[in-house]
Amino acid sequence: MGGSTRREEICPQLLDLIPKNREWLMRRDNNSSTSKDERSSHGSSSDEKKLELRLGLGPPGENWPLKNDSGREIGGDEDQKSLLSLGYRNQTPWPSSGKFQGKTTSFLHLPVAAKEASQPCCPQVQKNAEKKAFSPATNTAVPNSSSQKRTAPAPVVGWPPIRSFRKNLASSSSSKPATTESQNDKIPRDKPVETSGKGLFVKINMDGVPIGRKVDLKAYDSYQKLSSAVDELFRGLLAAQRDSSAGGIQIKQEEEKAITGLLDGSGEYTLVYEDNEGDRMLVGDVPWQMFVSTVKRLRVLKSSELSALSLVSGKQDRMALDSSLK
Amino acid sequence: MSEDDDRSPPSDAAATGITASGSGGSTSVELFPAPYPDQVLENVLENVLCFLTSRRDRSAASLVCKSWYRAEALTRSELFIGNCYAVSPRRTTARFTRVRSVSIKGKPRFADFNLMPHNWGAHFAPWVVAMAKAYPWLEKIYLKRMSVTDEDLVLIAESFPNFKELVLVCCDGFGTTGLAVVANKCRQLRVLDLIESEVMDEDVDWIACFPGSHTCLESLIFDCVDCLVNFEALERLVVRSPSLKKLRLNRYVSIGQLYRLMIRAPQLTHLGTGSFSTSDGMIQGEQEADYASAFAACKSLTCLSGFRETLPELLPAIYPVCANLTSLNFSYANINAEQLKPVICHCHKLQTFWALDSICDEGLQAVAATCKELRELRVFPVDAREDIEGPVSEVGLQAISEGCRKLQSILYFCQRMTNAVVIAMSKNCPDLVVFRLCIMGRHRPDHLTGQPMDEGFGAIVMNCKKLTRLAVSGLLTDRAFSYIGQYGKLVRTLSVAFAGDSDNGLKYMLEGCPKLQKLEIRDSPFGDVALHSGLHHYYNMRFLWMSSCKLTHQGCREVARALPRLVVEVMTRNEVDEEDIVDDEIEILYMYRSLEGPRDDVPKIVQIL
Repeated sequence: MGGSTRREEICPQLLDLIPKNREWLMRRDNNSSTSKDERSSHGSSSDEKKLELRLGLGPPGENWPLKNDSGREIGGDEDQKSLLSLGYRNQTPWPSSGKFQGKTTSFLHLPVAAKEASQPCCPQVQKNAEKKAFSPATNTAVPNSSSQKRTAPAPVVGWPPIRSFRKNLASSSSSKPATTESQNDKIPRDKPVETSGKGLFVKINMDGVPIGRKVDLKAYDSYQKLSSAVDELFRGLLAAQRDSSAGGIQIKQEEEKAITGLLDGSGEYTLVYEDNEGDRMLVGDVPWQMFVSTVKRLRVLKSSELSALSLVSGKQDRMALDSSLK
Repeated sequence: MSEDDDRSPPSDAAATGITASGSGGSTSVELFPAPYPDQVLENVLENVLCFLTSRRDRSAASLVCKSWYRAEALTRSELFIGNCYAVSPRRTTARFTRVRSVSIKGKPRFADFNLMPHNWGAHFAPWVVAMAKAYPWLEKIYLKRMSVTDEDLVLIAESFPNFKELVLVCCDGFGTTGLAVVANKCRQLRVLDLIESEVMDEDVDWIACFPGSHTCLESLIFDCVDCLVNFEALERLVVRSPSLKKLRLNRYVSIGQLYRLMIRAPQLTHLGTGSFSTSDGMIQGEQEADYASAFAACKSLTCLSGFRETLPELLPAIYPVCANLTSLNFSYANINAEQLKPVICHCHKLQTFWALDSICDEGLQAVAATCKELRELRVFPVDAREDIEGPVSEVGLQAISEGCRKLQSILYFCQRMTNAVVIAMSKNCPDLVVFRLCIMGRHRPDHLTGQPMDEGFGAIVMNCKKLTRLAVSGLLTDRAFSYIGQYGKLVRTLSVAFAGDSDNGLKYMLEGCPKLQKLEIRDSPFGDVALHSGLHHYYNMRFLWMSSCKLTHQGCREVARALPRLVVEVMTRNEVDEEDIVDDEIEILYMYRSLEGPRDDVPKIVQIL
């Protein structure tokens, strides 16, 4: 373990997290044969939902400096819970995209990676995260020899051998209200909430920010919450953009401006979305549930550019557009 | 798709050593042969060899003598490379100069389940660069588990004027930008199939990039592309693609949009329905009748898939085509037995059926009752956890074995199983070629008798004489492997997980299965001694994968020393440049024969011994 001591100096949390990792796997394990109370796992799901919001990180292509923002968002003991949400979502440390990509998506969802990003060892973090990637598998090597006769211990990487896009199937059909009912019939033993507890991630892009993100709409129940989440997601990125476009000679810490007025057109930016027929709509016109069931992606546009686009907005066609063009 | 391995890599070296009568004793293929007396004979040979299509036959022909080797190399137009690292692009393009179609496979299958680092390799780039120069008339590229970049796709589009078919299966690393370039520049493109690949959404409207006039498109499969497509552009594309026979849409296409496409393309034979749901998840009355008529109009439809977000109320729309279907893929349709029955009862000709276990044992019984022609069945879990009750069990499998006697291939995920039913299947379905049973709970015994699942799998290898692919699961002792070694004489692909007691398990497999080519093992107690027992066989295999077993650096190093043409890749948990991990257990062993020796694109975490 000598090499790890070198790592230890730079990234101490790495080692700390390994035992914790095992712990959370055991704790989160509602798969174990023991009398794990289903309710206890259910009760923690709301925490996990919250954290899925926090971990609603972007698609591939993010570069490391940006992760400082996500690193900051996840602080202190939330890391403990954030590990839970990972386990809950996927049973593996990898994101739902499953595959290891050339980009760094997989690392974004590792709280280890997020924490390490806030330290200066950026180029090495990738490898650490890679190594981290294998540690859950090692956890199983230990129980393996003695568990021949026992039933399954903690969840394991890559088992059962299902490709990632075949997972989370319950959630894709439960995002439509009509099917949720029939789901209850099909799987009586499962709590219906559990199947819909898996996230509904949609991409969100912002004008002027080349890197898109993803948000989990299941984590919110109102437009207001979504709006503040968008603000949190992009505030730092926007500042970083202004920073870099200024040539970087300016002060490093650009003051971050809050992004407000996304829904009523009063702010510099406005939130719009594309539904599954490809139409662009203003966010906020239809009831929240209907919005969640039809939205396919989100965009944060400059309010000044709204008139240039053909928008479809529920009832208040003209009025909505006019108000957004203040 | 045949998993044949033509065994040419190591014998390639041997072939170059064989000198033929009459020609100069050169051992390098690169030298130009001077004109010699039996030139006529060689021309005749070339013309005859053109008719040889099977890889194995061609390989055998190339070993006869030098002139046959040359003639075969000149006449081989379809290239199959089972492991992209077994041979280099340079060597390949030097030997085979008139290739029109290339198939390359990269990562091992366990990479699909997150068991490999993301940057492990299998890059397409060196291949496309070499082929761009060597094969200007290349028409077809088929890639599986390769890393393909947008730049690679651009190079394809720019280098091959006659390019016709691109099929990417389980690939990643590229996005909609690359697709757009291919769509736009490959004017002869007939097939663009993206299957289970990860495609990055680079916000490019690639559908709109197809040429504005008539296209030659025959197959467009993009159900795995997880981004919105421009529907109007797609509709226009379908209209101007009169040869289109296969269309598989992604989940962003609603049933209303599907309808519009279907009425424009009634000639379709393969259809992926997209979401099979309305845009807001609600039904509006009269439209159901319309959908059914659209399906009815597709008289040639034999292969149906999609159903990504199925609204079960809409299923009656497909009734008109059920009677003609030979393939139905419901593996994304979270429907129950009651919703399945009215569909499946019409599907008398069905040969391939994929479904979710939400259909339960009852649904499988319905399948068994109707689908007497069934050849392939796959049952995937809705909920892939280990400890739950599980909606399918041995009951469903029993029904299938009794009803579908012609079954050749099965992949079955379940939570519990019994030996008796597996034995019954081995007797009822003697034509089984592929038997993959995944009891999701690790080390689960027969849930009725408490016995290991040895006898069940033993019966499979014993009674299914055509078996070439086997995946085992559940509680298994070394006995199961002794059965496999004893009876599995045709087995080529073997998947083992959480099984076996000791080194003997692996020994039985390596010593007993002469045709074994792909062996993937995880989390089983096999160590260095067992690894050594296979030294006689590893050159005949495409690869061996062992992860979370009991192997050490030392053991693997000895294998590497004993077999110089084997590339032995290991990955450990710890830092690679660590001094005292010499005898540490390794996490992953992936080894394969190769003509090239260690590759130069190894990520740091991988060590080649």
